[in-house]
Amino acid sequence: MSDQLPDLGSLLLRRVTGEDGAPYLLLAGNCTLAVLEQRLQALSAELAGYAADPRLHWDLTGIEQMDDAGAVLLWRAWGARRPQHLLLRPEQERLFNRLGKTPPLPAPPARDLLWPVTKLGGAVFLLWEHLTGIVILAGQLLLDMKYLAAHPARIPWREISANLFRTGAQALGITALVGFLIGVVLSYLSSKQLQMFGADIFIINILGMSIIRELGPMLAAILVAGRSGSSMTAQLGVMRVTEELDALTVMGIPHSLRLVLPKVIGLGIAMPLVVLWTSAIALLGGMVVAELQLGLSYHFFLHKLPDAVPLANLWLGLGKGVVCGMIIALIACHFGLRIKSDTESLGAGTTNSVVTAITVVIIIDAIFAVIFSDVGIK
Amino acid sequence: MMVNTDCIIEVEGLHSRFGNHVVHEDINLCVHRGEVLALVGSSGSGKTVLLRQMLGLETPAQGTVRVFGQPVHGADRNELQGMRNRCGILFQKGALFSALSVFDNIALPMRELRTLDERMIRDLVMLKLKMVEIDAEHANKMPAELSGGMIKRIALARAMALDPELLFLDEPTSGLDPVLSEGFVKLIQALRSELTLTIVMATHDLDTLAALADRVAVLAEQRLLALGSLGEVISTSHPFISKFFLGERGKKTLGNNGYIV
Repeated sequence: MSDQLPDLGSLLLRRVTGEDGAPYLLLAGNCTLAVLEQRLQALSAELAGYAADPRLHWDLTGIEQMDDAGAVLLWRAWGARRPQHLLLRPEQERLFNRLGKTPPLPAPPARDLLWPVTKLGGAVFLLWEHLTGIVILAGQLLLDMKYLAAHPARIPWREISANLFRTGAQALGITALVGFLIGVVLSYLSSKQLQMFGADIFIINILGMSIIRELGPMLAAILVAGRSGSSMTAQLGVMRVTEELDALTVMGIPHSLRLVLPKVIGLGIAMPLVVLWTSAIALLGGMVVAELQLGLSYHFFLHKLPDAVPLANLWLGLGKGVVCGMIIALIACHFGLRIKSDTESLGAGTTNSVVTAITVVIIIDAIFAVIFSDVGIK
Repeated sequence: MMVNTDCIIEVEGLHSRFGNHVVHEDINLCVHRGEVLALVGSSGSGKTVLLRQMLGLETPAQGTVRVFGQPVHGADRNELQGMRNRCGILFQKGALFSALSVFDNIALPMRELRTLDERMIRDLVMLKLKMVEIDAEHANKMPAELSGGMIKRIALARAMALDPELLFLDEPTSGLDPVLSEGFVKLIQALRSELTLTIVMATHDLDTLAALADRVAVLAEQRLLALGSLGEVISTSHPFISKFFLGERGKKTLGNNGYIV
């Protein structure tokens, strides 16, 4: 007979020889995860040692409490079957019955050896799906506009104005900050170079052309794509998760008319205004540095600006703003409506939306540059 | 099951409010070890808020909540973790992690313990799934592929993952069909016969209430209106209680369970 160390409340094992001469293992105390947690490994090995003897009678009736973890511990020690001689209480009987009937974990589906091919194919199909999806959504918006032209009372003015405020007015702060700093940096670097050639006055041309034609629209578009694009996608995604989209559908309110169209129109109006604002602030930053570095007065700068930059460049910048704004909203809504009702898909959808929107904005800029290569340049 | 008189959860002088809206006013409550306490009350009476305060998810404006003798708010990290390992919670909508498969959802609390080896975890998870009558073939599925009732049962399996002493159930049978509700009640009864399990549940379901609850706490008008066995609570005369338990539906259910003749 070998006594274990007495551990209050924990599982006690005691090996005795019964009246019939057979060896008995008496288990007593608590056999629960909370109690056994620290000595699980040691106990597991010890029980396995006892289980090696098939003549041993296991007596579990002394156990006060046994939970699933305790039962699994014993079950594993026995090699996933009952020992020949086992004494149980009825509730323990139930526990081990359940364990006996527990099916094994099905193997996860084996990985296909052709996975690079299927993956690539899947990506191509996905790209096609997105392209057609965006075209269909844009087409739907056109049909909606036609419908609204015939039913002007149904134009969602409130939604449009709410979007205008959220994407336009609330974006003024961040676009101003970024625009101003870019203007300052650009002006500082250019004036250093120009000073070497004594061509100080061309700072106006450089700043005017680059900011009004390129930097203003691009900065605004990228900031808005990150800021408003992500919020639009997330909003629609959460509406999917909370079944609000389904509620709208069964009320007969089309998503495109009430959710997508106001966003596209709202951003289409807000974006050129944000572009104008960003360009103006960036020019202001450039002007301040030009005055400090080169001693060009503000009055002179503003006076020379219209001569240096033809008006067409301003229209070009605003045009880019309108197109980029509508495309950003369209892409954001497309990805938002595709989100499925789980958190994973919400995160992935928002990321994809912003990355796609920024990429497309830059592509649009390149297309504008090619098409209008001889417009507004002297 | 034996019911001791020592408190596993103590709520003392609890006040809670959201802005100007007062939810609880001076609530005192003791949940005994080994009992099933049901929190009932109309919608908006603060059942879920009280449950969340017991879990430490919300801080009351005033008063203390002690679980296992330790204050829930202001306990240190290790104590709190130790306490959390002894509690299981079933949220109303399941709250399964949608990024993890069914198997991983249930295995997560076991893996977090860091004392169980992977083979034991596998056996335990399958046992828990068997317990809630989910077939093994669903183990590798993602929560998004499952029905509401299955999500609820898997969430219960996750709540039971560490064989907790204290189980919180928020509307355990809402969203389950009658057969599953019945099975759920049976399951809880079976668990209680094997372990000393303390359960706090918020529910509207009178059937579940009559079948499981040892004591009922009625929350209404910002306070604890009545506390006692179902029979005692019903005999309290208060307009809310008569409406809640002795309305047409209540009479039918409680009559079937032999509480009123």
